[in-house]
Amino acid sequence: MSANPESAEARKQKLEGLGTKRKRVEDARFTQGKGHYVDDMKLPGMLFGDFVRSAYGHARIKAIRKDKALALPGVKAVLTAEELKPLKLHYMPTLAGDVQAVLADGKVLFQGQEIAFVIAEDRYIAADAVELIEVEYEELPALVDPTKAMAADAPVLREDLQGKTSGAHGPRKHHNHIFTWEVGDAAGTAKAFKDAPVTVKEMITYQRVHPCPIETCGCVASMDKINGQLTVWGTFQAPHAVRTVASLISGIPEHKIRIISPDIGGGFGNKVGVYPGYICSIVASIVTGVPVKWIEDRSENLLATAFARDYHMTGEIAATKEGRITGLRCHVLADHGAFDACADPTKYPAGFFNICTGSYDIPVAHLTVDGVYTNKAPGGVAYRCSFRVTEASYMIERMIDILARKLNLDPAEVRKRNFIRKEQFPYQSALGWEYDSGDYHTALEKALKTVNYTGLREEQRKNREAFARGETRKLMGIGVSFFTEIVGAGPIKNCDILGLGMFDSCEIRVHPTGSAIARLGTISQGQGHATTFAQIIASEIGIPAANITVEEGDTDTAPYGLGTYGSRSTPVAGAATAMAGRKIRAKAQMIAAYLLEVHDDDLEWDIDRFRVKGAPERFKTMAELAFSAYNKVPPGMEPGLEAVSYYDPPNMTYPFGAYICVADIDVDTGVTEIRRFYALDDCGTRINPMIIEGQVHGGLTEALAIAMGQEMHYDELGNLKNSTLMDYFLPTAVETPVWETDFTVTPSPHHPIGAKGVGESPNVGGVSAFSNAVNDAFAHLGLTHTQMPHDHWRVWKTAERLKLTA
Amino acid sequence: MQKMHVKLTVNGREVEALAEPRTLLIHFLREQLSLTGAHIGCDTSHCGACTIDLNGKSVKSCTVFVAQANGAKVTTIEGMAAADGTLHPLQEAFREHHGLQCGFCTPGMITRAWRLLQENPNPTEAEIRMGISGNLCRCTGYQNIVKAIRAAAERLQSTKEAAE
Repeated sequence: MSANPESAEARKQKLEGLGTKRKRVEDARFTQGKGHYVDDMKLPGMLFGDFVRSAYGHARIKAIRKDKALALPGVKAVLTAEELKPLKLHYMPTLAGDVQAVLADGKVLFQGQEIAFVIAEDRYIAADAVELIEVEYEELPALVDPTKAMAADAPVLREDLQGKTSGAHGPRKHHNHIFTWEVGDAAGTAKAFKDAPVTVKEMITYQRVHPCPIETCGCVASMDKINGQLTVWGTFQAPHAVRTVASLISGIPEHKIRIISPDIGGGFGNKVGVYPGYICSIVASIVTGVPVKWIEDRSENLLATAFARDYHMTGEIAATKEGRITGLRCHVLADHGAFDACADPTKYPAGFFNICTGSYDIPVAHLTVDGVYTNKAPGGVAYRCSFRVTEASYMIERMIDILARKLNLDPAEVRKRNFIRKEQFPYQSALGWEYDSGDYHTALEKALKTVNYTGLREEQRKNREAFARGETRKLMGIGVSFFTEIVGAGPIKNCDILGLGMFDSCEIRVHPTGSAIARLGTISQGQGHATTFAQIIASEIGIPAANITVEEGDTDTAPYGLGTYGSRSTPVAGAATAMAGRKIRAKAQMIAAYLLEVHDDDLEWDIDRFRVKGAPERFKTMAELAFSAYNKVPPGMEPGLEAVSYYDPPNMTYPFGAYICVADIDVDTGVTEIRRFYALDDCGTRINPMIIEGQVHGGLTEALAIAMGQEMHYDELGNLKNSTLMDYFLPTAVETPVWETDFTVTPSPHHPIGAKGVGESPNVGGVSAFSNAVNDAFAHLGLTHTQMPHDHWRVWKTAERLKLTA
Repeated sequence: MQKMHVKLTVNGREVEALAEPRTLLIHFLREQLSLTGAHIGCDTSHCGACTIDLNGKSVKSCTVFVAQANGAKVTTIEGMAAADGTLHPLQEAFREHHGLQCGFCTPGMITRAWRLLQENPNPTEAEIRMGISGNLCRCTGYQNIVKAIRAAAERLQSTKEAAE
């Protein structure tokens, strides 16, 4: 054995492990148009499915006439609830313990609801056939306002639930009520409010929005009748869960079902759910014996597959005159649409909304959430956030500003006075969470200093004076937001979906020549898993990331996992990856000891090798050990070098950050220009800074979209008024500002590599920063709160209400 | 439905086929020619995922009939790289500057940027942002896309200057 001429630094660089700005391995195919998305699939004999959808928000179906469609050459079949009933497939279970009509059963409950599924030779014929199907409706009064839906005389929406006084989450107190979820100390909170010298209360709406990934949802189902094998390729953020659900619904044994998520063109929560299109495609393939493809168009995507938010929140804060918060109370009216198809862990019907105490040390709190049915599409997914966390964060961050305004204190100062202090971690929140780690004061101080916050406030003071003198028609707003996310669902003790514990998994196989393949239970939708998970493994086992293939999304090959959403991939599957790597390293250590003829304990790990303590020239590299694992293992040891880890996280992770937005508002047009946006994120250990930065840019842009323009607007009849990209706001490169990113690093104490997850933080923190900036611009003129989205018209209306317009 | 004979040049190759006159160009490219690089994202000409180059102009191929493209010269993402497989500087710059995430908008975005740099070889950041405003991306927030296009422009410029 000769001394290695390579420096430790050079060996480390070669690995491209943790902390490296490694370029993405995915990009070679994507930049050449060689990605493989579900609509790229073409199988022999493949047919196309397309839906007849409800034109009404609420109506009884009197008749469905399909003869003309069936007479059209190329049409193979038309499925309605009538065909699905004998198979007991006209309803399917939702992830929230409710049922959802696969095809409307006598009644439609939202515009765009699936009524009939046409199967035809190509997508053009299918579309023609959809036009030929006549549905006769009797229109019923529609309910689009959750408050009105709870009126005593409101029409009954879910006739299938009539007489059911309790649902999956406890008692129902009204025929359009789904559940009440209560957390915290009602009496203690009431006392805090009674004793408080200062209280503030505000009704804050987080409007209904849609994740709207550029690729819509779709699938190809293929039933091989000879082998009894069903394969479904589709836009699934949780392929294993889809397999289990498909087996439970269809009765096909789980080992005969293979679910494959190919490349996914963005998810953002939209692709977590199980949709009627998937069920109908599977049934259609079983009926026809050939593969069936279903791809929704953009309007169908906006009309029928998972929306997000629609939370109507009443926040209340009790505080001292110095701005120290003594209690928090919140009630939410949650509009879930026609079926409760929220994608939340089972025990959390309002997701993790009980993170609403935010980053603050609030001694007592009480939260109630009422879920309500309306004539809108089902969903309620976590659009680029962990379950209902962006709603919670928005509520508390607006309320803190409102409190600051009432006390005539600076909003940043009120935050600092209430922050959970560094030494309080692990911190037990009043609503039941144990925050793992944080250093909030340092993060906010760094942010304030970087943007010269004092200078900005001084500039704003001058701007306000100039505005009052009529020298400018622009108002300057400064939005401060500090968020704590709760991600990485989650510990099996409190997190499951349909009884499936929310662990995740990784299997690593090291090949004899020192390369490896890793398979995970998660699935990338742009996050770059093939790049970053290889980096975790590289650092753990000393094999260059370039020599590690990462594969996800095929349930036949990947170990069971709950998928990618809620920023859970790094906290859960990333942990499993590190743990699997450690199992491999432990075995390699025994082989190294055997080969070097020393005791295991006499070896130490050194980047890519085991070396003898005190004799660094005696070592075995991981590449050498990989080969030995296949031919020269200690007596009694099994050959091979593989490991699998199923990781049940002991706790969630709690990323946090400080965001500051500076906006200039033209009061005569309502045009709001984002002059500056600074985002400091602390996601614990940073795996790939390039990818983290990219995730932050993207999340902030989605936050901009939500805060400044997105709203799914329903009229009184239940018509969705903006079901195309003509009317539904997705920012272009022109509206999108330049993002400034920064970071601090506070590792998670319980995660094997200290990482916390980051993809969704910018959405959670961003929305409040934009909204606080707009509200702040008008605050000195008497504005307490104006609802999102802050599009030009609404901002202009606010200016008009304050009598500022020309 | 009666089919018509269409003949066009796609990525330098002559293509002849029968297609229904109502067939959209994007479906013709993706389904008949198996050029699945350009994608469908919105059906209303807003998202730009289907952007291709038609007779020297960036065009959203979800809103063009193949019949309208009869006799035309079409370039798609599959035609960006050189014949020997060398990637176009834009393709390299998108990877180098992390200008893509899920990859779904990327083919349209690169194809648009390819034409933009022929229209304006030395665009400012604002001109790039305006130039790609017909192409939506939900993942990147555009910042790194703009950076990638700027970097590719500089490289193309310096290659051109070296040649002169």
